[in-house]
Amino acid sequence: MPRYRPSDTVDFLVIGSGAAGGVVAKELSTAGFSVVVLEQGAWLKEKDFSHNEFAVSYQHALTNNPKLQPNTFRASASETAKVEQRYTYGRTVGGGTVHFTANYWRFHPNDFRERSIFGDVPGSSFTDWPITYDELEPYYTKAEQDLGISGLAGANPFEGPRSKPYPLPPLPVKSSGVLFERAAKKLGLHPFPSPMAILSQPYRGRGACTHCGWCEYFGCEMRVKSSTLASVIPMAEKTGKCEIRPGCYVRRIQTNNAGRVTGAVYFDSQRREVLQRARAVFLCANGIESTKLLLLSASNRFPNGLANSSGMAGKNFMWDLGAFVSGLFDHPLNEYKSVQVSRVIHDYYAADPKRGFYGGAGIDARFNWYPISFGLDALPPDAPKWGADYKKLLGHYFNHTFSTLSHTTSLPVESNRVDLDPTTKDAWGLPVPRLTYQLHPDDRKTLLWAQQRQIEIMQAAGATKIWSYPIDDIGVSAHLMGTLRMGNDPARSVVNRFNRAHDVPNLFIVDGSSLVTSARQQPTATIQALAYRAAEAAAARATKGEM
Amino acid sequence: MTRRSLLLSPLSAATIHDIAAAQQNRTPLRYLTPAAASELEALTTQIIPSDTTPGAKEAGCIHFIDRALETFDRDKRQLYTEGLAAAQAKRAELFPQSTSLAALAPAQTIALLKAVESTDFFQLLRAHTIMGFLASPDWGGNQLLTGWAHVGLEHRMSFQPPFGFYDKEAR
Ligand SMILES: Cc1cc2nc3c(=O)[nH]c(=O)nc-3n(C[C@H](O)[C@H](O)[C@H](O)COP(=O)(O)OP(=O)(O)OC[C@H]3O[C@@H](n4cnc5c(N)ncnc54)[C@H](O)[C@@H]3O)c2cc1C
Repeated sequence: MPRYRPSDTVDFLVIGSGAAGGVVAKELSTAGFSVVVLEQGAWLKEKDFSHNEFAVSYQHALTNNPKLQPNTFRASASETAKVEQRYTYGRTVGGGTVHFTANYWRFHPNDFRERSIFGDVPGSSFTDWPITYDELEPYYTKAEQDLGISGLAGANPFEGPRSKPYPLPPLPVKSSGVLFERAAKKLGLHPFPSPMAILSQPYRGRGACTHCGWCEYFGCEMRVKSSTLASVIPMAEKTGKCEIRPGCYVRRIQTNNAGRVTGAVYFDSQRREVLQRARAVFLCANGIESTKLLLLSASNRFPNGLANSSGMAGKNFMWDLGAFVSGLFDHPLNEYKSVQVSRVIHDYYAADPKRGFYGGAGIDARFNWYPISFGLDALPPDAPKWGADYKKLLGHYFNHTFSTLSHTTSLPVESNRVDLDPTTKDAWGLPVPRLTYQLHPDDRKTLLWAQQRQIEIMQAAGATKIWSYPIDDIGVSAHLMGTLRMGNDPARSVVNRFNRAHDVPNLFIVDGSSLVTSARQQPTATIQALAYRAAEAAAARATKGEM
Repeated sequence: MTRRSLLLSPLSAATIHDIAAAQQNRTPLRYLTPAAASELEALTTQIIPSDTTPGAKEAGCIHFIDRALETFDRDKRQLYTEGLAAAQAKRAELFPQSTSLAALAPAQTIALLKAVESTDFFQLLRAHTIMGFLASPDWGGNQLLTGWAHVGLEHRMSFQPPFGFYDKEAR
């Protein structure tokens, strides 16, 4: 791996090495450009991963630590925001792809033009994307092939046309998948094998999944999860053109008087400030951190924050919404084995005006509990909380339960936003993100409606007991979407249809922040398709000397 | 994502140093006095009792609590000290003849816990006990994988399908 000096002006600086950043680093370096990737988290290797639930879920071993980098939260602008953790993301080389569940499906063609199809939704800034599914399709295919995705092409009757099947067959069905599939068919629905960023067979030098079961929240010791850490980042390294620099917390993107970016200032591991120079910058820090960084990079020329002449930066933050319904079954499921999800339905995906509200859902069968979270949170609300009866239920339910999770629409609403908290600072002295969020009434209706569909499925599956979680408890968001949306109108969006900042010719922003609508969540396939496309467009500009 | 315990975790965040310290091999008590440990253990023993199968006591949950208070949850020491004192006061009130929590009969301990069930101390003690029972043994509890055996989790790097009853039946 090359080592560049901060005073070297590299072709591209990539901020963040997650879902998008890892892809961009690989694409630009294989195209021959010199690249430095600045990542605030550590560069962990397979040997650093473990099945230590307490460390990963309760001590933030792989994710943002709210003690060091807190955020504040309020429901509306009239309130004073309080410190409480409301979002989580992977904070290591590979970002959120290291510990994600790895559900990996494409948005539907209609997702990109849903506003035209459905019409306006009052109280929201629901709008069409500036690109179509057909434009993005080649990049979905590229992502699936490059990263290694398992799935069955054609099995989801609602999916758009695809130019290639998945490179790998689906993973084996679990007991939850069998029960879910039977129930869905009974209800006239179309269950399909979950497309997963997990290798069902050996692929490009990596082995097949051994079904240990510790995927969500954990890093994969077997290099089987197709994180950017395991897949594309090694390809970037191999070019000899790309330096991955972990432990670098970017605090500011640097600009000159001509209004161009010239590099970025970061805190190194000794908290010294270092300026890395670059001809162009790719900001890939995620749906919240990218906004934070633009706002922290305000200057005389960009008083509202970098690339924010529209004032749109931070607006239209879309939360990770979904209803969670669990069921108890007679025979052992042993759901703790193998990947978390094996069957999905998209029958309820499309919005239907006849329902009286905008919204839709993808629903999957899953078991994403581990022993501690199960012991603390998974039993039905009427179950005893401690004592002999608690112990008995804990022992029985763990292997006789599965859950369904819906991924529901989350409308873009301008007042749902990310900005900088006026008082709270992080451990480096930087202002922290302030989240202002409340459910749009249609999002709430969608959650209740989806919950009913999930209960029907659990009933049809033969659950002997069914319980669900309060839908107003939106918890911690794990899919950080919106805030720096794509669009053709510089007054209403932050980046153009190729993810270039409207205001800054050599600044590109691609990650969860680019999403115009939430579709039905689980955004990573789409984020990575956008990243392939944006990197290609930026590389073409750089080659033509248009940077 | 609706995972309440992640949001409302009663724990404070550990530094890397704390985690390393907490994960050292099991040693005798490091923070709690033997007397305090024995009194607390009497309470954890009714949170996850030992009946036909091992419970919090056999899993060594008290060692998880000891590690927690020594390292990542050291800012919860006062809550424990005050909570234990309040539990002792409650004991004296409910069972004036008794001399210690450890000496109470199980039914008495249960009655006492019901009386303090809504306190922050009990909520944290319950969370710590469950965590100690079910966390990987690196953290001091779940000794001999007692907690994982209780839920039926076999810890292996590799399984082959079928995994459960229904996928086997479907083959
Ligand atoms: C538990 C969990 C399960 C999930 N499961 C799924 C799933 O099944 N399917 C799905 O599609 N999605 C899933 N997700 C969401 C998925 O992780 C994200 O959608 C995806 O990783 C977002 O990609 P991104 O490129 O926007 O940002 P990220 O992957 O978050 O990458 C951003 C990177 O930038 C770094 N960074 C941020 N700020 C700075 C800074 N100032 N300086 C330097 N570096 C910085 C971060 O440390 C991080 O590494 C899950 C998320 C969680 C938490």
